[in-house]
Amino acid sequence: MSLLSVSDLTVKFAMRDQTVTALHDISFDLAKGERLGIVGESGAGKSITGFSLMNLLSKPGYIDSGKILFEGQDIAGMNDAQMRGIRGNKMAMIFQDPMVTLNPVLTIGQQMVETLQAHRKLSRDEAEQIAIVKLREVYIPSPEERLNQYPHELSGGMRQRIIIAMALLLNPQLIIADEPTTALDVTIQADIMELLLELCQSNKVGLILITHDLGVVSQMTERTLVMYAGRIVEAGRTREIINDPQHPYTQGLINALPQQTLPGHRLKQIPGNMPSLTSIPVGCPFSPRCSYAVDHCRTTRPEPISYGTVRVACHEVNRLHNDTPDQEKQA
Amino acid sequence: MSEAKTNPPLLELRGLEKRFELDKGFLETLRFKGGRITRERRQVHAVNSVSMTAEKGEVLCVVGESGCGKSTVARLVAGLLTPSAGEIHYDGERIDNRTRKAMMPLRSKMQMIFQNPYASLNPRMTIWQSLVEPVRHHNPQMSKGEVRDRVSDVMRSVGVDPSWSKRYPHEFSGGQRQRIAIARALTVDPEFIIADEPISALDVSIQAQVLNLMLEAREERGLTYLFITHDLSVVQHFGTRVAVLYLGAICELADTQTLFSNPKHPYTRALLSAVPQLKDDRPNHIRLKGEIPTPINLPKGCPFHSRCAYARDQCRMEQPKAVHQPDGSLVACHAVEEDWPRD
Repeated sequence: MSLLSVSDLTVKFAMRDQTVTALHDISFDLAKGERLGIVGESGAGKSITGFSLMNLLSKPGYIDSGKILFEGQDIAGMNDAQMRGIRGNKMAMIFQDPMVTLNPVLTIGQQMVETLQAHRKLSRDEAEQIAIVKLREVYIPSPEERLNQYPHELSGGMRQRIIIAMALLLNPQLIIADEPTTALDVTIQADIMELLLELCQSNKVGLILITHDLGVVSQMTERTLVMYAGRIVEAGRTREIINDPQHPYTQGLINALPQQTLPGHRLKQIPGNMPSLTSIPVGCPFSPRCSYAVDHCRTTRPEPISYGTVRVACHEVNRLHNDTPDQEKQA
Repeated sequence: MSEAKTNPPLLELRGLEKRFELDKGFLETLRFKGGRITRERRQVHAVNSVSMTAEKGEVLCVVGESGCGKSTVARLVAGLLTPSAGEIHYDGERIDNRTRKAMMPLRSKMQMIFQNPYASLNPRMTIWQSLVEPVRHHNPQMSKGEVRDRVSDVMRSVGVDPSWSKRYPHEFSGGQRQRIAIARALTVDPEFIIADEPISALDVSIQAQVLNLMLEAREERGLTYLFITHDLSVVQHFGTRVAVLYLGAICELADTQTLFSNPKHPYTRALLSAVPQLKDDRPNHIRLKGEIPTPINLPKGCPFHSRCAYARDQCRMEQPKAVHQPDGSLVACHAVEEDWPRD
């Protein structure tokens, strides 16, 4: 049985004059200890997906339909009390900005002990011992002293390590990391990612990594979902998606990276912007920005189909695939 | 670089330094140490003796981690901060000691683009007002029609439809706002643009759009850029020369190609190895020890010695000088200078 199984998840936001759909029929599975990347630009619905999995959507957002089965139980229908038993305990979330996640007026120790005592019957001393062990696991120097420090006394990289240690406190089965290193420098990012990978592998923890950085996804994950305007447009093994992307949007994202173009030449940009949720185009949501779009792309919405080993939601994927090698030969 | 060096470089920094006082008042400087009250002034050494030049038409990139002083360099060059020591020369003239009024004619030649397009446009002005203001200010003799034509031309050239000009910044997306900010810099027909992380706040596909726009502007207008960024893949694509900054000092300055094909300073190597690569599964990432030290009370010797794998006693005592290498790059490292065994 897979650890997490999401089927046809649809999330809506009730606005004053209309209801917008933020996620359309999201379905994916995650096996125990598997690492999954979710990529896309801002507004693609990556973070909403993360929040829905933790049942953290707040008004006006709500899960309209679909199932989120975590270890066989449906999270989507759980009440707050049931959810508290799972959140932080069996699944934990790491956010982008560690300064917002940590409480600025409590010491690191107080926050870690509080989390532990909320879920387990432990004395203060026992809880602190566990906290120290976890801090050591994330290579925090002199963890005993850190317990008495406040978040502002630590650097950004150190804070993000502490967040990771806190996420691991109760030995969760699944970690959802939402842009965990976007606010950090490349050198620190490389450190944190290496650490996260190591911890997930050694503890057999599942990871859902939400990011816009394809380089990070490529190094961290086994499978990838590419999202656009609230839908999964391509899903499959990370290596295949990076090396041979099928959906025009995935191709666009990869080709737009500076390292894909000779220095000094024009980058291959994707024209236009991600549509806002209130004005998602009919037909394929990517069609206005897609250079392969034909008439029926603008009228009929493509359903995800299997293409080789990946799932792609594109009408023209066959034509596309036949076209690409020719272009490369000419070039 | 060109052989005929008769003309002075467009921009030249000579031993530029900037220190910020941490303790503002007299009482704040008092410390209680070993049973005695002592007076001690703490300073942030943001930029330490930075010298570099930018020739006309060049894209000089400044890279480094947060806190390395790259934005301070940009602000010093733009005249938004006054240097504590050192000189800034622009087109052969010294500009760092000029009065506000004497800087005015330069302001239209030198423009700045900031990181956050949400903060750099006045939310209460329509974009037309924001774009027209600098043109009017620098060209009071221009007629209304001329101003209108100039602004509309620039708007079209950056892909902002002039029919949107009655709108306010909040009605635009981040990428569009950054285009408007670039348009505002271009309306006064500058020759030099200081761009401080102009694409860091944008999505990948939008980054490509904005970078392309900056490349086009460079070709069409013969612009020179001082490009501040932490993103090395952008540097490799866009820059002609790169200065790697660590704790406010240059550790390596080289042509982009040389730097990426043959990085010499241990810090540059670590920085390059940390960039996540698309195609390799696991790169040979060089792990740095610890974190960047605080720029308050700088460490003695080489600023990088506390994290460097090759550091010896000499590095802890003596600050390395920037030395020219056979391939034209400038490296400040004892290990490189004396060719210690490294892998």
